[in-house]
Amino acid sequence: MLITIIQRDLKCVSQNLSGTIQPLGFFIIIVSLFPLSVTPESEILQRIAPGVIWISALLATLLALDTLFKEDFNDGTIDQMFIAIDSLYVVALARIISHWLISGLPLIIMCLIIAMMLHVPVHTIDALIVSLLLGTPTLSMVGSIGAALTVGLRYSGVLLTMITLPLYIPVLIFGTSCISSDLIGLNWHGQAYLLGAILVLSITLAPFATAAALRINLN
Amino acid sequence: MTSQYTKSKDRLPRRTRNSWVWFHRFGSPSYFYRMASRWGPRTGWCAFILMIIGLYMGLFIAPPDYQMGDSYRIIYIHVPTAWMSLSVYVLMAISAAIGLIWRMKVAFCVSRSCAPIGAAFTFCALITGSLWGKPTWGTYWIWDARLTSELVLFFLFMGYMALDRAILDRKTASQATAVLSLVGLVNIPIIHYSVEWWNTLHQGSTVIRMDGPSIDTRMLVPLLITTVSMNLYFVSVLFYRVRCELLDLERRTQWVKEVIHD
Amino acid sequence: MTDLINMGGHGFYIWTSYAVVIAVLVFGIVIPIRHHKHLINEIAKHHKSSK
Repeated sequence: MLITIIQRDLKCVSQNLSGTIQPLGFFIIIVSLFPLSVTPESEILQRIAPGVIWISALLATLLALDTLFKEDFNDGTIDQMFIAIDSLYVVALARIISHWLISGLPLIIMCLIIAMMLHVPVHTIDALIVSLLLGTPTLSMVGSIGAALTVGLRYSGVLLTMITLPLYIPVLIFGTSCISSDLIGLNWHGQAYLLGAILVLSITLAPFATAAALRINLN
Repeated sequence: MTSQYTKSKDRLPRRTRNSWVWFHRFGSPSYFYRMASRWGPRTGWCAFILMIIGLYMGLFIAPPDYQMGDSYRIIYIHVPTAWMSLSVYVLMAISAAIGLIWRMKVAFCVSRSCAPIGAAFTFCALITGSLWGKPTWGTYWIWDARLTSELVLFFLFMGYMALDRAILDRKTASQATAVLSLVGLVNIPIIHYSVEWWNTLHQGSTVIRMDGPSIDTRMLVPLLITTVSMNLYFVSVLFYRVRCELLDLERRTQWVKEVIHD
Repeated sequence: MTDLINMGGHGFYIWTSYAVVIAVLVFGIVIPIRHHKHLINEIAKHHKSSK
């Protein structure tokens, strides 16, 4: 069940690739703004690199989330899915996983280039990848609640940001400190575990809230 | 107010009253409206009187603090508003949950009218917090753990009210905001502890623990009085706001006509 | 009276924070009361006209 929905979404996305390219382009542009605006020196760039990467990843997921449920909601596939599949949890979870695969995973791959751009030393790449691997799914999960809540509205971009950003703060704090403590050479596993814990919590709870929000907006 | 808030004929005979009737009576808008109109003004005046007493004691009678001199007197409004902002959010989430579970319109009205009051309390807590910061720590805003989680709570309230105004249809709006407030409630402890953790990581706890039990009773009593008065103030404003919502919601019903002609 | 005002040098901060909070609280109670009266009149007018 879950796999079929994810395959369907991946097939849909492969038709219009613009949906995936935009968040990536947005991500790179945001990151390259910082050296232009702050300083090109590698010393300071290295210090702010965790924050820059995480904030741009956050904004990129938010951008991709806005259209997560919109087209399916308007052309009725969400109604069909709700009727065909009894447990709404699966529908919501499948949509979120497919969204993460479309927007989250390429983001992590792009991070290798971004890390090089921000002079992040090679030994911290593992902390960077792990923190993003654990963090971006949580961003998609929590963000999907906001997307489901605002699915009925036409101009929901800013509203989605207003709703979900406060909920992203714990992930941001632990994600950035995971990388920055690895930069200084401290042990970053503690933060990674906490990120994993938040991820597990959001996997169990978020789809229920998303399904409830979708059902509210359906009728 | 000539009409008793529960007409004698519709009071249930003693024998058949089971314990849960009182809960569902609150569900009926007319009962809640009449109860609110009876208790609204009273709690408002009690809050006003208590506030006067509390502030008078706090400002003039309580001794100056040995370290901070008189600048600590701001806690008599900073601490109550901070406590109130959190308890208003929790109350908002609980009434939203009641509304979702038992489909009670009144619970949704209570939850949606809690938001502006909570936002006002968080705003006051932030302003007084930063004004208190100037004499004690020299800057208007320091990234102290409690102030930062207060700021995040303020964003949560802003997000709630933004969603509330964005959805036009009242029924979906109240259900959607109910889900958002429950999600926010789950997140509040996580946010609080992550900010606390983040703060000890960067600064270590240099903050003077003012509201611990260590402060002497003459300073503590005004604090309790102002807290109680803030609670009463909240109750009376909530009743007024809920009455407005109920009137707006039930314009054409019979009980509104009766209420209008009273 | 003067030491009452400057409160040991921190008078400005104490009184402005009290002023801000009291203003917010007063506005917080006045707006719903006025809105409630306005609603009552509006519905009453509506009922009279529809009768």
